Order: sequence, then structure tokens, then C-alpha cells
Amino acid sequence: MKAKAIRAATILLNAGFIAGTTCAAGRTVTIKGSDTMVILGQRWAEEYMKTHPGAIIQVTGGGSGTGIASLINGSTDIAEASRPMKPEEKASVKAKRGKDVEEIPVAQDGVALYVHQSNPLKSITLTRTKAVYTGKTTQWEELGVPLGQIIVYGRENNSGTYAYFKEHVLENQDFAPEVLSLPGTAAVINAISKDKNAIGYGGIAYGKGIRALSVSKDEKSPAVAPTQANVLDGSYPVSRALYFYTAGKPEGEKKLFIDWVLGPEGQKICDQVGYYPLKQAKKPANKKA
Amino acid sequence: MKNTEVVPVETSGPEGPPRALPVSGRGRSRRRIVERVIEGCIRGSAYSAIIGLFLIFVFIGKESLPIFTSAQVRQEANISKLFLPQEQLHPYSWQPVSEIPKYSILPLFMGTLKVTFVAILFAIPLALGAALFTSEFSPDWLREFIKPVIELLAGIPSVVLGFFALMVMASHVQELFGIVYRLNAINAGIALGLAVIPIVYTVADDALTAVPKSYREASIAMGASSWQTAWRVVFPAALPGVLAACVLGFGRAIGETMIVLMASGNAPIMSWALAKPVRSLPATIAAELGEVVVGSAHYHVLFFIGISLFIFTFVLNMFAHWFVTRLQKRVLGMT
Repeated sequence: MKAKAIRAATILLNAGFIAGTTCAAGRTVTIKGSDTMVILGQRWAEEYMKTHPGAIIQVTGGGSGTGIASLINGSTDIAEASRPMKPEEKASVKAKRGKDVEEIPVAQDGVALYVHQSNPLKSITLTRTKAVYTGKTTQWEELGVPLGQIIVYGRENNSGTYAYFKEHVLENQDFAPEVLSLPGTAAVINAISKDKNAIGYGGIAYGKGIRALSVSKDEKSPAVAPTQANVLDGSYPVSRALYFYTAGKPEGEKKLFIDWVLGPEGQKICDQVGYYPLKQAKKPANKKA
Repeated sequence: MKNTEVVPVETSGPEGPPRALPVSGRGRSRRRIVERVIEGCIRGSAYSAIIGLFLIFVFIGKESLPIFTSAQVRQEANISKLFLPQEQLHPYSWQPVSEIPKYSILPLFMGTLKVTFVAILFAIPLALGAALFTSEFSPDWLREFIKPVIELLAGIPSVVLGFFALMVMASHVQELFGIVYRLNAINAGIALGLAVIPIVYTVADDALTAVPKSYREASIAMGASSWQTAWRVVFPAALPGVLAACVLGFGRAIGETMIVLMASGNAPIMSWALAKPVRSLPATIAAELGEVVVGSAHYHVLFFIGISLFIFTFVLNMFAHWFVTRLQKRVLGMT
């Protein structure tokens, strides 16, 4: 009894500490994680709170890893991640929180390759991209563009986009030491928009003011532009799912919110912010997962 | 560091007996208790900084210890892996998120030193020049204007300075020096210099103004010009304080995180070239500590970096303090 009360008090205190308010703890949901998903999460939260008075959804970024770490130590209700959780991380949640992790894909995203607007390059193959990011290709001339040295931008290693890119494009090889890493996709985009020799990667949603390259799997396959249709039908080669993670089955306000996100209203927002709603066919499977 | 003031003993303040005090025994003992309590409080506040520092040291030290003690961590990261060349292709490589994590911290040390070097080179001449001007040459009204404005620079959050360097300054620096990389050690160093200037300036200006007026009068009476007075008399007399200012500025530069994180490009390159991007130690901690799995080798390496920085600045400060006191004795001995 006493232990239970203490535990309840701790949970309350925890929630209060994070939310900055103790009174509304019951209807407060905290979301933390992927910087790629911050804008999306905030829009979801805004719209949801408009239609569900009394609910408080708080969204912060920090990177997928940060969100997952918070889920492990219990300082967030939902972790947003732009990469699937690693088995060790799932085990940590189980060990620390005593609950299995629920993985809920909530949207689709493509990782785009960006160059400066004035760069004449139209498309790039995944093999060439890998060569650029592992430091085997260092001159634009090798890609048929008379620009000199390639300035390669990437993300910090706490980012889900970094992990995704390393796994899918670099096939788990190391980035070259010369790759400039910047905190946040927005910083990468800004840097590229001011640097004629630059190439960089980031979520498609951020791609304003610079040019995204079409990407082909290899020399033989056609180059595919990072558009919604191409991401949705799977022809764009660098696309991924974005996830919510919770410890244990979501319940209460958390469940209401997640159901709303997966419903038509929530999915419509993905579209507005520049991500892609989940494939219709996949949906029932996602709900079960 | 404040004891650089060489003001001669002035005749004590207002003359005459102090204000009459209540003399009743009860009042006196109550006063005594109140004074005791107040004294205890201020004593506590003086010690609290030391206690805080000590606790932080213990915490960081404890978290970095597994690099020496835990076999599991040592397998992934030990002192030889941190400092000695590893493989043929990239002997010094910082790739903590990798199939085989690589934790060579030499490129990070190098990066920190490069950025700090540029910052010091940029900030110290400017700050000392400004201090010399406001303390020796400018009219009072101008000084009253310049001093607060420079000190206001210290109030700009470093993340704002960093963002400014990333968005605006980088393009100009790139053009000015004709550098291939837009984000590089020079850009970050200059931005960092902006944060260092107010610190060096304030302390140096205080040191210069504290030089007794009699020195200047004597110098001018001997026929020295005001420049000769400032450069050959006042500046040497204030040298201990000025050096203390430089050391403070150096400490600030080496530990600054946000500016470097945003403006330097964060690429762990092993090279002394200033025109290349750099990754500094504090920026690495800031970028990676949020994500790292607690208890992993990567986590302990980041704390090891923290304690290295701590010890580095600590030793530097100790040495500077020793040097400044020595210098001070010499300067005072001459007078």
C-alpha cells in the first residue's frame, strides 16, 4: 500500500517535472525524440489539443536516440524515432520499465540528397553517393560536374537520419572524417543553400530553397525523384518509416492520441507537413503491431 | 586575480567615531547571534562553489574511470586506443557509432587547440587594444559608452553567436580567405573570439585603470608622451592583471561548446590546417552525450574527454596563477 502510494507519487512527480504541471498529469502526454519528426509531432499535438480540450501533448526533439534513451529511463511517454529501435534498446526498456516496447509506424519519410541550387547535377546513384560519403570520391569532376572539391555535409551521430543513411546508403561503412556534421537537418539545408560545392542529406520535409537530386539504385535503374508518389509506391530508393515507441500497450490519453494520429485527421497532417501518410494497405498490420 | 590592484593605502574614510550603537547587553548578544548567522551564510556561499567543483570532479572522474578499470569497456576503448594510431587507412579516427567503434581523441584535441588558437589570436589583440584605449586615451563619456557595450557582447547567448557564424559570417570568412570549406577552424575561431573579447576586455580594463594615477603623472612629468606613458609605464605595471585576463579568455575559449558546434563543421580531421573543418572536444560531448547509451564505452569515453578538459584548464589556471603572482612580485619589487 505504502509502496504503491510512493510509486504513484513518483510517477506523478515525474510527470509533473517533465510537464511543468502536476495537476493535469493524467491527461498530459510527453513526446520526445527525432528531430526529423519534431515539426510533425508538434502539428499533431496542436491539432489534437484543439479538438480534445484538456489534453496536453508536449513535443520536444533531441534526436531519435535521445527520445529512446528517455523512454528507457521513463522520462517520456512516447519516443519518436526515425529509425527502428535496436534490439538492445528494446531489451533496456524491458529491463528498466518492465514492459515490452510497442512499435507504431506513424508516417513515411524519404531521405533526400541535396545540392546547391546552381549545381547542374540532376541525379546520382546510391553507389556514387556511398563513394562520396566514404571519401572515395572527393571531386565533383568524378560526377561529371566542373565544380572542384565536394563539400560533404551530414548529420551528427545522434540522429536517426545519420543511422539510417549509414545503414542503407553506406551499407554500414564509416563516414569519411571529412564529412561535416551539423546539428539538425535545418542546419544542413542552410549550409548547403550557401555553399555551391555542397552535397548533403536530410528529410524530404525540410527540402526548401535548395535542390533535391533524383536517386537511382545503380547505373542501370532509372533515377527517381523524391516525390510523394515515388516514396509511397516504394520506387524511391531511400525512404523509411517514422515510428512512435511506447513502453507497454498505450492506454488512456496516449492511446487516444495515437489512434487519432493513425486516423484520417492525423494522417492528413503528415501530408501537410511534407511527410507521407502510411500506405493504406499497410494500415491494419500497423495497428496490430 | 583581483589582487593585481596596486593602489597605495589611502587614508581611511570618514573620520570621527562610528554611529552610536545600542549598548544594552541583550541587544548586543542578539546582534552577535545575527552576525554569526550572517557570517555563517556568507562563509557557506564561499565554500559552496568549492564543494560544487569537488562534487562535479568526483562525478566526472567516476564516470570516466571504467576506461581504466572495466575489462568490458577497455576492450572497446582504452588509453592506447584513444591516443595511439590504430589502423593503416585512418590511424586516428573518431567514429563512435560504427560496427567497430573508433575512439581516437587526438583529432578532437587538435581541433580544440586549432579553434582556441584562432580565437585567442583574434580576440586578445582586439580586447587589449580596446582596454588600453578606454583606460588611457578615451574621454570619460566615451569610456562610459564603450565599456558597457563591449560587456553587452558577453550577454549574447553563445547559441545565437554560433547561429550568426553559421548563417552569415561563414560566407564572408570563406570569401575573405578564399577557403574551400565554408565551415572551418577560422570561422569558428573568430566567432569564438567574439565571446572571448568581453571577458579579456573587462578584466584587462580593470587592471589598467587600477594602476595608480601617480605613475602616469610621474611619467608625463618626465616628458613622456601619453602613448609612451600608456605602453611603457601603465601597461607593464598592469601586466599581471592583463595576463590574468588572457588566461580567463583562454579558459573560456577552450571550453565553449555551442559556437564551435554550429560554426566549425564538426569533422574529426587529423590536420593542422586552419582552413579545414574541425571537431572540438566540448562540441563532441554536446553532440553525442544526449544520445549515448548509459554505461557503454562511448559514454565513458565522453566523460573521459570531460575530465581531460577539466584537468587541462585546471593545470593551465594553476600555472597562470603561479606565473602571475611571480610577475606581480617583480612588478611590485621594482616600484
